[in-house]
Amino acid sequence: MIVAVHPAESSEGVADGLALGGATVTAAPDLVPEDRRINDSDLLLVELGDQPMRRLRELSRIVESIGLPVIVVASVEHLLLMEGVAGISDFLMTPVDPLELRLRLQRLTITEPVDHLVEFKDLELNPLNYQASLAGDPLDLTFMEYELLRFMVDNPVRVWSREQLLSKVWGYEYYGGARTVDVHIRRLRAKLGEERSSWITTVRSVGYRFG
Amino acid sequence: MNKQAEYVLRTVEERRIRFVRLWFTDVQGFLKSVSIGPTELEVAFEEGMTFDGSAIDGYARIQEADMLAKPDPSTFQVLPWRNEEQVARMFCDIYTPDGEPFSGDPRIVLKRNLERASEMGYIFYAAPELEFFYFKDSGPVPEVLDRGGYFDLTPLDVAQEYRRNTINALEHMGIPIEHSHHEVAPSQHEIIVRYTDALTMADNIMTSRLTVKEVALQHGIYATFMPKPLEDYDGSGMHLHLSLFEGDVNAFHESGTPGGMSKVGQAFIAGLLRHAAELTAVTNQWVNSYKRLVAGFDAPIYISWARNNQSALVRVPSVKKGKPSSVRVEYRAADAACNPYLALSVILAAGLAGIREGYELPPEVAADIHRLTPAERAAAGVKRLPETLSEALDTLERSELMAEALGEHVFDWFLRNKRREWDRFQHHVSQFELETYLPVL
Repeated sequence: MIVAVHPAESSEGVADGLALGGATVTAAPDLVPEDRRINDSDLLLVELGDQPMRRLRELSRIVESIGLPVIVVASVEHLLLMEGVAGISDFLMTPVDPLELRLRLQRLTITEPVDHLVEFKDLELNPLNYQASLAGDPLDLTFMEYELLRFMVDNPVRVWSREQLLSKVWGYEYYGGARTVDVHIRRLRAKLGEERSSWITTVRSVGYRFG
Repeated sequence: MNKQAEYVLRTVEERRIRFVRLWFTDVQGFLKSVSIGPTELEVAFEEGMTFDGSAIDGYARIQEADMLAKPDPSTFQVLPWRNEEQVARMFCDIYTPDGEPFSGDPRIVLKRNLERASEMGYIFYAAPELEFFYFKDSGPVPEVLDRGGYFDLTPLDVAQEYRRNTINALEHMGIPIEHSHHEVAPSQHEIIVRYTDALTMADNIMTSRLTVKEVALQHGIYATFMPKPLEDYDGSGMHLHLSLFEGDVNAFHESGTPGGMSKVGQAFIAGLLRHAAELTAVTNQWVNSYKRLVAGFDAPIYISWARNNQSALVRVPSVKKGKPSSVRVEYRAADAACNPYLALSVILAAGLAGIREGYELPPEVAADIHRLTPAERAAAGVKRLPETLSEALDTLERSELMAEALGEHVFDWFLRNKRREWDRFQHHVSQFELETYLPVL
């Protein structure tokens, strides 16, 4: 698990909790959506510290485009500031208990199996029977094509790198290399047909985005 | 049972698939199929389907006839050209009754060669240019549909619609097409399939050939991959674009070198060139294949490489700046009537031998080789590809590398079978001989 932390210097309890949770920590000195360090992470942790207003304002600007779970660390007197800020997945009060942080990290990064109907425009993915349809007509996908499409439809807007897609969709036991992702994206585009192939966009030298 | 197989079972049920065709390939590259119903599918995944191997060219001898076909669930596809009932297909690997991978199965031969590549750290990628002709029917006198030419877009190209339907069907089956066009000869067409790993590509070539023929049949015409059906026009080849990747890195690419070609890429080309004559019997396996490999029709004859020379056997196509992943080697001799599993196997083996043994890449031959005199060619060290199937078989038979790449079973059977084909051809008195000799001798 990769956790981006802001500010770059974590407080003691947070640092211990991250270490306890076995997280790979990457510093995010600026809360800007272009930051690859944020985009390549699995979770963003923001400590409000002594600049609560500014950090919440910056966070609220990027929270939608990064599409990551966000955990906020705040002191008791700053808790109310979080009211109405969308996209915060969880929070912790200072002083941070490392064990509590570890548990919250785990809860946030376990992907719950999706069991609802996934829809995008006229595309439907039904996880109960693994069937896909386009404008009501069945769309014949292989297992990996289905899993990749489901993941992308379920996590739209944000850009996924090939490595992230490999680990999220294929799982870590797969060694085929990131070219596999390109090949599968092409196959999906071919099956979606000309009009809809633009649903999946290639972001040069980064990866792919859906929607 | 793994998740992929479960997914197939579920899809068969949901989509009310009536038949699942289990596909495999004989040694000469003919597609074979066993149809099973949905109820037998689970058994097929777990134990394999028993069939009589002695009925398949190049498989078992009578005394070891029973074979098992085990479907590969990752290749499951519903076939798009049967509307009235739902039919799907899966490619199979063939096993002996003891559960051993069967060495006569071309798909297993390719898998073994790919394993050798992966032991050296490489994944093998390929993309073919498939050429074929549309004729009015499959009768012995080919009748063309049009008089169109290269890239023509005129009402002459009546086959546009067939080609479009073919591409739609292929894309439905998850085979992305880069582009297609009318080829040089009348009624000749080309479909360029996008690269993928070599095993999937061999499956894709088998599927593409069938799809081209099926769609033609639906339109009441005939499509053929015969290497040289029209004496006076270009034949149908299958140029293969090849690359090796180490993980995500193109092992053929190195910045600052001519053509962006790395040492590994150069050694791969050197391997292709040194073993080209030995592998030709496999990439060009019919008597007719050698009617294509003659001067004057854009097909390679001499063993040489070049960056931009259409007469070379191996070409290094120019690549757009900033696309190191597309640095590749194009092998231009193979024809589309080969067995793609075996053709990719021998080509890979030749290239890997070049890397393993550190072959030196001979100098590029930029001149039009056909215009060089024999003496000039000899001075440049340029040899000729085999001129006939018989010569190609002699060269193959002497090659230890090819025996290893194909495995003993396929190597022996292939030589035996192809010698018989050559003998039959030798017995034949052709129209050419009657017209040329009878009046004067």
